[in-house]
Amino acid sequence: MRVFKLIYKNALRHKLRTALTVLGIAVAILAFGLLRTVIAAWYAGVNQSAPDRLITRSRISITFTLPVAQKQKIERIPGVEAVGHGTWFGGIYQDPKNFFAQFAFEDTSMFRLYPEFIVDEGAIDKLANTRNGAIVGVETMARFGWQVGQKIPFTGTIYPGTWDFEIVGTYRGRDETIDDSQFIFNWQYIEQRMLQEWPERAGQVGWYVIKIDDPARAAAISQAVDAEFDNSPDETVTETEAQFQQSFVAMAGTIIFSLQVISVLVIGIILLVAANTMAMTARERISEYAVLKTLGFSGGHILGLIGGESLMIALMGGVVGMLLMFPVLNGVAVALRSWFPVFPIEARTFQLAGLAAFGVGVLAAVFPAWRAIHVSIVNGLRRIG
Amino acid sequence: MGLFLSYTWRNLTTRKLTTALTVLGMGLVVFVFAAVLMLGHGLQETLVATGSTDNAIFVRDGANTETISLVMRSDAQIAKTQSEVAVNAEGKPIAVNEIVVLINTTKREGGDAANVIIRGTNDNVFELRGELVRLTAGRMFTPGTSEVIAGSAVAKNFTGCGLGESVSFAGREWTVVGTFDAGGAGFDSELWGDVDQVQQAFRRNIYSSVTVRLRDPALFEQLKQKMESDPRMTVDVHQEKEYYAKQSQATTTFITVVGQVVSFIFGLGAIVGAMITMYAAVANRTIEIGTLRALGFSRGRILFVFLLESIWIALLGGAVGLVAASFMSLVQVSTTNWDTFSELAFSFALSPQIVVSSLIFALVMGLVGGFLPAVRASRAKIIESLRAA
Repeated sequence: MRVFKLIYKNALRHKLRTALTVLGIAVAILAFGLLRTVIAAWYAGVNQSAPDRLITRSRISITFTLPVAQKQKIERIPGVEAVGHGTWFGGIYQDPKNFFAQFAFEDTSMFRLYPEFIVDEGAIDKLANTRNGAIVGVETMARFGWQVGQKIPFTGTIYPGTWDFEIVGTYRGRDETIDDSQFIFNWQYIEQRMLQEWPERAGQVGWYVIKIDDPARAAAISQAVDAEFDNSPDETVTETEAQFQQSFVAMAGTIIFSLQVISVLVIGIILLVAANTMAMTARERISEYAVLKTLGFSGGHILGLIGGESLMIALMGGVVGMLLMFPVLNGVAVALRSWFPVFPIEARTFQLAGLAAFGVGVLAAVFPAWRAIHVSIVNGLRRIG
Repeated sequence: MGLFLSYTWRNLTTRKLTTALTVLGMGLVVFVFAAVLMLGHGLQETLVATGSTDNAIFVRDGANTETISLVMRSDAQIAKTQSEVAVNAEGKPIAVNEIVVLINTTKREGGDAANVIIRGTNDNVFELRGELVRLTAGRMFTPGTSEVIAGSAVAKNFTGCGLGESVSFAGREWTVVGTFDAGGAGFDSELWGDVDQVQQAFRRNIYSSVTVRLRDPALFEQLKQKMESDPRMTVDVHQEKEYYAKQSQATTTFITVVGQVVSFIFGLGAIVGAMITMYAAVANRTIEIGTLRALGFSRGRILFVFLLESIWIALLGGAVGLVAASFMSLVQVSTTNWDTFSELAFSFALSPQIVVSSLIFALVMGLVGGFLPAVRASRAKIIESLRAA
């Protein structure tokens, strides 16, 4: 136990330097956690996917719509329990910067396909009876200070013109990983206006959501759906919700890759800071180590002293960094909410951060310890500070 | 002054390992800082280069990208026949009416699916974009056939898009009969085919945009006012360069926000690193500082010398980081442009402004990191310092 006391005393000998090193490591661990969380946020959509839901979209690309008439054909396919459809609206509220997702849902049945959306009592009925009604996620309500009953104007980008919505209720996610920011309204509102203003564009929907009875048969049912529309003017691609979400993540492949590279570089930086400190420490104490050796302490003891000190500093930095993660991540979540409605603080991030701090502690000690162990006693004693 | 410079420089070379570690750490930080700025700059440059100030583009009002814009045939006709539009030797307007659609196709590497822009255009498109875009291999598509020409980035990155290959979309096989190069502009990430064929294949009878060459760039405002006050028209008119430049906003903002937060945090780490080094330098040289003071160097001079040393380290780090980052401009990356939803290839691009920002960033790290240790050095008492041994 004396060894621990010695390590502790050694670490506190240069209080300022130790404090700075701890701070440096904490900052790097914080950066690492931040990058990991941004990467995790890209995957939030994939992780919240239900295994018993399929998404059918146009084979050409997601920007092409599908005729609503396909719905009945899909419903008749064995294994399909329920079908709904969604359409991307892409309206602008006041300024393009105020981005959040707006979806036109077929009707209230869509909420049954998404049990993870907990909707206000009675709101679904109100939505059914209000032509321009909308149900809005609590996060977006809070972001703009909206109230139920308020009228919200949008400028359409895909559907031209000005659109007025009335908020009839709110929803919240069943847990933290569910996107609380969406704006959901009746597809009929678009449909009726298209029938009047642009008949060629009526009767079109963005994608179908299919609930199936057995997740294990997802592949077979997907094939059956696509086979139904093969060689028709509107060919489809059907995949599980997770695969569908994954394709959005794949679009950001380069960005995610660079974030991963940077998160490794961060560890490199901590290593440099910590190794620098330990190199100085060992250099200053060479004569002390020589004294210890003279007294009969082995190389292993010296390794333990230097390694222990290095580990202690690194782990302290790790702990401080992880504590800082909570307030910082919450701040970043607000800054990036247009991109990432869900900004998850994952347990895995903390595990990796802890592991990184530990690794840095060990690695930073290797070179100084090697030097301290191999210095000859005579040279060590002769050396002046 | 020369004395100070050589003194501080020699101090750096005395403790090579520590200096090298600090320089390397700072270099890494500056590298990341510069690389992030270069990425955002490259993305913007690519899209700015896509447009020309001589051209005006007509899109559906409110449509911020061509992929969601719809321009009626009648509007296209009116747009092309305005007096501000330049005409060619045959007296025809230099203008193209185009349809732009996204198709989902697979990349050569990794087999990931991504969205590629198909631009249905006219066979006189090189009249309009000839300065920017030139055919590098093969030939132009023949109007009325399922032939396409591929931008250099698409030809390289996507399966079936190379010269002589064929790619299938909208229920047809399209043969790639030529490749073109747009000098790194956004068009390099597109496939071009005959507008009528693309319209037929996608069953659309409207255009996405009309782009015209102006007789004189100065006529733009006049044309814009005329068109937007014309009650027959439901279009917005934009200067082409500005229009494309705007289409990198979401992605650039994302890169910048993440980049700034990361650089800030990295910067803190580097400042700490510099502080540790400089405090150690001060502590190791107590006697030296005492001697200097005894010789008559003022406190201010001592402060200056140590600050200078820290700045040296920072600038060295900055130089190392910038040199490393400059190699990044050889790297071409491609990612989805979240404004248009399509795959866009671009390069890291260095600019004088980025060099200056990076060096300032390094300088600030050095100043902040070196300040407190330099203050400590300047406060040393002569007698105690000399006795410290």
